Amino acid sequence: MAKNPNIKINVQGGGSTAGIQAVFNKTCAIGTSSRYLEPSEQSLHTYTMAIDGIAIIIHPSNPITNLTHDALKDIFSGRITNWKDVGGPDKKIIIVTREEGSGTRGAFEDLIMHKTAISDACLVQDSNGAIRETIAITPQAIGYISAGLVDERVKPLSIDDIYPSVENFENGEYKFIRPFLLLTKDEPTGVVKSFIEYILSSEAQKILQHEGLIPVSIINNERTNL
Amino acid sequence: MKERTSEKILLIISFSAIISLLLITIFIFVQGMPLIFKVGLKNFFSTHWAPTKGNFGILSMIVGSLLVTFGALIIGVPLSLACSIFLAEFAPPPVQKILKPIIELLAGIPSVVYGFIGIVILVPLIRNTLGGSGFSVLTASIILGIMILPTIVSISYDSLVAVPQTYREGSYALGATKWQTVLMVLFPSARSGIIAAIILGMGRAIGETMAVIMIAGNALKIPGSILDPVRTITSTIALELGYSTGDHRAALFACGSILFIIIVLLNIIAIKIARRE
Repeated sequence: MAKNPNIKINVQGGGSTAGIQAVFNKTCAIGTSSRYLEPSEQSLHTYTMAIDGIAIIIHPSNPITNLTHDALKDIFSGRITNWKDVGGPDKKIIIVTREEGSGTRGAFEDLIMHKTAISDACLVQDSNGAIRETIAITPQAIGYISAGLVDERVKPLSIDDIYPSVENFENGEYKFIRPFLLLTKDEPTGVVKSFIEYILSSEAQKILQHEGLIPVSIINNERTNL
Repeated sequence: MKERTSEKILLIISFSAIISLLLITIFIFVQGMPLIFKVGLKNFFSTHWAPTKGNFGILSMIVGSLLVTFGALIIGVPLSLACSIFLAEFAPPPVQKILKPIIELLAGIPSVVYGFIGIVILVPLIRNTLGGSGFSVLTASIILGIMILPTIVSISYDSLVAVPQTYREGSYALGATKWQTVLMVLFPSARSGIIAAIILGMGRAIGETMAVIMIAGNALKIPGSILDPVRTITSTIALELGYSTGDHRAALFACGSILFIIIVLLNIIAIKIARRE
């Protein structure tokens, strides 16, 4: 900002679907999304700015440290309802999920649930922060958030013995990762183009890395190309 | 001449309120109703809500809204009525002078603060004492019950105070105690005001969104007990509108239409009860 005082950037929140819609409606120059595009949305130009892992988190007092992918699916679909069935204490599992339409939920459904539906009995919270807060105060809870937002009040779980660490995202061992996309309707020009170039530059990528995301330069090209 | 102009201006201003209400109503129905007919009443009034996958059942949310609203009334109405009777009839003037502004101040607290208090204090308290996740019908009802207090208290207080002094004196002259006077003279005379107060409180409870989102858990399943989480119609609209497109968005407007119809129906029923002699 200090370097380019003449450029103003207005940022608005609202979720992945809102970000994609806004580009289609031309209400913004650049949209962002934390999920892959649907087939009907493929006409947009996409630039992957970073990769983010989805971490499965529980309360720190819960002794469990690892779940198999199948057990995780069974928990979120409501087939496993007690922690003792996955080697934990004899307590009811309280599942926390995101609302319909959320990019994180979409990515979770694609990467982890596949065709299985998430149970209707789950608690629903409307942001990564609200899910983290709910889990931090609920000993029996389990939920999923962006790995960059995990803090010491919650405990991330390994899935199939692979811990959601930056190293495991980068070497491809941890499979549950999704892109953060920049979207434009037409070929970018002018300030839009230079903004996207800046985001992809090593200077901006360092900032994203500092925020807990994985810079695109590290991930091999095969996966970043959509 | 001058008077007539100002009369006209006032008329236009008062109509603008009605017109904006009308426009809002028309807008919501135009946006929402086509979807109900498109997917069919059977789909729309089922219990399965997955709008991105073609299931638009809002029954569990209707049940949820009604449950937390009546829960709030069960907790809030006795408290408010007791409070307004105390303020109007029993409280010595200095106490009244302190209490009334404090209760009215409750109305000025933003709902997100109520939600925050709920999540930090009430949710863990209910989880540790009664079980469940703490995000429940009961938690939402308690917080909403407190939130509707100031509305019900101040209007029913006003209608109790408005009962002419001669009624009280007549009652005492017949040998009635103070409590008998309240129950048999003041309550019946102030009835329409008290019922109006309850209706307004009910409207506040069914329309409240932020606090409910934070403490009700928002699960889509119809709750089996008061310790189960619950999703209201307003919560769904607020949770999902930002992300919705196409049919999902229309479905949220349809939710709004249904909420509108429910509120109108509840008001009609309440007014009917009020008029029955």
